[in-house]
Amino acid sequence: MMDITVNGQLYQLEEQPGEMLADLLRYRLGLTGTKVGCSEAECGACTVLLDGSPILSCSYPAVKASGHQVITIEGMAKKSSSEQKAVLHPLQEAFIAKGAVQCGFCIPGQIMTAYGLLLANPHPQDEDIRAALKDTLCRCAGYAAISEAIQDAGAVMSGEGEITRRQVPESTLAKQAVGRLADRPEAVAKVTGEAKFSDDIHFEGMLVGRAKRTYIPHAFVTSIDVSLAREIPGVRAVLTAADLKHARNHGLVVNDWPILVGVGERVRYVGDAVAIVAADTRDIAEAALAAIHVEYDEQPVIDNPVLARQPGVAQLHPSGNLLKHIKVRKGDVEEGFAGSDIVIEHTFHTAMTDHAFIEPECAIARLNEAGRMEVYVGSQIPYSDRKQVAAALGFPEERVRIIGMLIGGGFGGKEDIMGQIHAALLAVETGKPVKILFDRHESLLVHPKRHATQIHVKIGAKRDGRLVAVQTELYGDTGAYASLGEKVMTRATTHSIGPYESDHARADCYAMYTNNPPAGAFRGFGVTQSAFAIESLMDILARELKIDPIQLRKKNALKVGSVTGTGQVLKESVGLLECIDKVESELRRQVDGDPFAVRVSAEDSGKVHAWGFSTAFKNTGLGGGAPDEAGADLELYEDGSLQVRTSSAELGQGLCTVLRLIVAEEMAISPETVDVLLSDTDLTPDGGPTTASRQTFVSGNAGLQAAREFKQAVASLLAEKLDCRPEEIRWRAEGLTAAGKELSLKEVYQAFKEMGREPRVRVLYRAPETKPLGQGGDMHFAFSFAAQAAEVEVDTRTGEVAVLKIISATDVGAAINPLGLAVQVEGGAIMGLGNALTEAFLTKEGKVITDRLARYRIPSITHAPEVISFIVEHPVESGPFGAKGVGEIVSIPTTPAITNAIFNATGYRVDHLPVDQELIARHLHPDRFPSTANA
Amino acid sequence: MDSVVAARKPGDGVGPDARPVEKCRLITSTDPMPSWNHYYLPASLSEALQLIRTSQPSCLIVSGGTDLLLELTQGRRPAVDVLIDVSRVAEMNTIVEESSRLVIGAAVPLKQVAADARVQRYARALAESTGQIGGPQVRAVGTLGGNVGHALPAGDGAISLLALGARATIASTAGQRQVPLLDLYKGPGLSTLQAGQEIIVCFDISIQQSGAGSAFARVMRPQGVALPVINMAAWLAVENGIIQQARVAVGPAGPLPRRIPALEQYLAGKTYAGEVLEEGRRIIQQEVSFRSSPLRASAAYRDHLSGVLLEKVLSAAYQRAVEADREVVK
Repeated sequence: MMDITVNGQLYQLEEQPGEMLADLLRYRLGLTGTKVGCSEAECGACTVLLDGSPILSCSYPAVKASGHQVITIEGMAKKSSSEQKAVLHPLQEAFIAKGAVQCGFCIPGQIMTAYGLLLANPHPQDEDIRAALKDTLCRCAGYAAISEAIQDAGAVMSGEGEITRRQVPESTLAKQAVGRLADRPEAVAKVTGEAKFSDDIHFEGMLVGRAKRTYIPHAFVTSIDVSLAREIPGVRAVLTAADLKHARNHGLVVNDWPILVGVGERVRYVGDAVAIVAADTRDIAEAALAAIHVEYDEQPVIDNPVLARQPGVAQLHPSGNLLKHIKVRKGDVEEGFAGSDIVIEHTFHTAMTDHAFIEPECAIARLNEAGRMEVYVGSQIPYSDRKQVAAALGFPEERVRIIGMLIGGGFGGKEDIMGQIHAALLAVETGKPVKILFDRHESLLVHPKRHATQIHVKIGAKRDGRLVAVQTELYGDTGAYASLGEKVMTRATTHSIGPYESDHARADCYAMYTNNPPAGAFRGFGVTQSAFAIESLMDILARELKIDPIQLRKKNALKVGSVTGTGQVLKESVGLLECIDKVESELRRQVDGDPFAVRVSAEDSGKVHAWGFSTAFKNTGLGGGAPDEAGADLELYEDGSLQVRTSSAELGQGLCTVLRLIVAEEMAISPETVDVLLSDTDLTPDGGPTTASRQTFVSGNAGLQAAREFKQAVASLLAEKLDCRPEEIRWRAEGLTAAGKELSLKEVYQAFKEMGREPRVRVLYRAPETKPLGQGGDMHFAFSFAAQAAEVEVDTRTGEVAVLKIISATDVGAAINPLGLAVQVEGGAIMGLGNALTEAFLTKEGKVITDRLARYRIPSITHAPEVISFIVEHPVESGPFGAKGVGEIVSIPTTPAITNAIFNATGYRVDHLPVDQELIARHLHPDRFPSTANA
Repeated sequence: MDSVVAARKPGDGVGPDARPVEKCRLITSTDPMPSWNHYYLPASLSEALQLIRTSQPSCLIVSGGTDLLLELTQGRRPAVDVLIDVSRVAEMNTIVEESSRLVIGAAVPLKQVAADARVQRYARALAESTGQIGGPQVRAVGTLGGNVGHALPAGDGAISLLALGARATIASTAGQRQVPLLDLYKGPGLSTLQAGQEIIVCFDISIQQSGAGSAFARVMRPQGVALPVINMAAWLAVENGIIQQARVAVGPAGPLPRRIPALEQYLAGKTYAGEVLEEGRRIIQQEVSFRSSPLRASAAYRDHLSGVLLEKVLSAAYQRAVEADREVVK
């Protein structure tokens, strides 16, 4: 018997074999505020206090807590009997005030780690916070805001200060609600642990579902024997491809991804599933997987896209290995090169990378009493999930309901089907709810990655730096299945010329199937890779021509009236030059003399510093001729609150806040009156995929349109009821004034009911039409622009690189939600830093080497540089209050800014990502490395 | 929505089922089995040894568990019937200064080792290395006993213990014995300890020598596992500016952590100077053949870094030793 005191309450519990403290807290006590991100003591999400000291509950045996005091996130807010709401702990309050909460999944762990620090040291300096939070990862990377929150909370806890709002400038275009600093609607739930992510819900009799993965990159399945697995007590179902009665494949664009690979069928990557089981417990499910015997006829592995294009190699799909040859043609590059004073070229390589959202994939499926399939999942595209689950079950789509849970980070990695279909199939088979929860290992193995690429860039320019011709050739490794590969590599290709004017441009991209894990959407959507290539070569060009790298970019930067590589004339909202100017003037303020010259560190003569520069652009919205639409509902409730509804997802990017502010602005009511409901295919109209930096623009416009139509509905209602003209209606914080009469929102609701009308509207917003690639015209309805400078410190002895500072300027059209935008900018830059320095998803002959978080490093607070951010606002006519996309552009210029800085510091040109510090050391000390030695 | 997210009451029995499992049965991969069945937390060494007696053959000794428990849960080790957790054993949880030796309990959490004033004074290399292992949460439970028992050739704690000339005290049902640290190493990740039968009780280092100083340093890479590309520790005894005795340990430089006797001999009688460092680098190159690990570091890079670290640890250790020597004179 264990005596464990949790949040002051004593529990007497039976000891259970193999039980970790996190399991006990979550599954036995129902304290699901404590999150599990990796189960390998790497991410810190599960941090709780044991006798005041932060420990990792995912790998701490529950029995060790017997006789001790545990504090979890649920123990932080004080329940007050007099007030309805709990009184937040200063840390919780400060996390909200600083805008430190994004997806929210890591937040309980952050707060508990911080609480442990403050108990020991109420006045931590920045370095103390970095030391304490070193292993508590935030993939949204809100580290700066988190640090500020901890400092304020420490001051409050020691009675010496107060919590202040984070110093973030409001929008220069701020109105009553939009452009002002606002808290997230879901912030309180996220800091108290009440926020529900998929693994936090439970149904009576729920089974554990698991998939048998092949672990073989390329083979044909010759036999599958599940008989032993079926005999294990507690195993409730074992299914193989032979049991599939309806759709056999799924896919976002191309239906090429087998739900289960059957006998005689081709295995295309290590994460392919050959069988699924449902069992009473996870241990039993694991035992069942081990008992399934599969035989394979292994095939030679195609492990890179260049090999995949060779004649004579196996064709992985009926359509061949070429997913798509993507072409951009403008002018005549040969003529352009002939007319250039200088022609330079270089080949760059980028690594596969993983989203490493802290919340692993989880899907729960259950047939409800009415025989409908309910799937609880954190999905970026609920309606696509519905379609694909319905097809697999042979149900009409309406018989499936996707209930979107909160998402603990997505970044593009939660667009594809993971456990949804498998859980649904097992739920139908067993008649019981089935949960499929990936552990970190399975998450790394299975879900699509960022495309590894090889990009050759050739630039022809005049002596004065003016670009004449740009030619690129890209190979993209789209892995085993299409996912969004074609779209991602199209974006990589069309952006590979950079945000520059060039009369002649030609780009060819080969998106190839291989036996690597599939590649799909990942923040930046291909542009992260091509920006690294073009921005590196622009710096090489500047050096060759002895032109300042900033001046070179200014000379060529896109501006209003420019024609892009795809033939689009930019008519408005091109803030690139202003972004460059903002970064340049801050850079001049920071550095005396040439910022791109190498300087020896004042503290350590073995270290050198230098700055590097980069720009970027990124489309907003789907573009390329795809209809880009979002539905939205707006409804007034009896209590006078409004609810805006759409199926798009809150991934931490702040969609809830953005929608709330837009609706509040349009209606001139207070933002707190507006509730936001997302991601439920029964309750929310289709908002389209949460991808392509499109939510503020497309979903935001849908919300805006809904607000307008609702106002019209009210106007026509009151015209009849009070005989007033629409222009006589004045909306205000709590209601409206009509024909001299004041009506609260409750009274407006009553008026609707009295007139026998429903107080709600549904709209379908259609974004401006775009043209497919190759047809010229507007391929996208808006682009965001950015410039960044990064200062690096390189240890000339070891080659180690640290990023000290980043200056970032981003043209977002208009800043709707500046507090959220601040952490998007900082987090985006840190994700770009990870792409440059820490992240490499490694495979060897199709087998995954980085199959644990311990082997795949994402930036921690110790990597986080100071980010100085400037927001540039060149409004888009068709954007909601002028806004365009934000989510991706903030991350794209960071990698090349860092690698250009490394060149400026050391003379070493990084052309493979991530940066290999050994190669820098080798460059700086050629005498110490025999030429035969191989890294 | 509310109906499905309703908080569950404490103790409603949901969670991994407690199933009766035969003791000491043959474990096969298809048996549904948790990572362990019984987890014991003895409070004394005698209690721990009694548990060892009664728990054979399927038992393991665990300390902080930051490595071993992951190996069990990730299936890199077969499930085990009994885990004997020695982290609460009183005798193993103290740091004691005994006449001429500093005795550090093998179960003292790394966080405490790093912060201990006596460790910082007499064994600075150990304070530096234990302060860098993992993150704060791991250091709150991880132990030196685990670091050494895990037997990695570049364990940060082990490399500094080696330079400090540490001995380990081992207990088993047969009694206690003291061994030089290196005797516990058999190969990468392989300890000579009898699994499930022997316990590292404590480490002890001599603090007799006046004018001694030590230092630890490592180089990491930002990608991949958080193990050092290379680490190094040095201990020097200095009198009037002259090195009287030296110990230098480096990892990973072969299957075991290792010292560099030729370098240690060379350093004796020298002072810290540029040409000594140069010769020291040359000796390392001659004596140590570093390995290339794919995706991490080439042998040539490690070779180069060994020179960088030698300067770091020798200069710091020398400076500390000289200061300590001056205190003696005062």
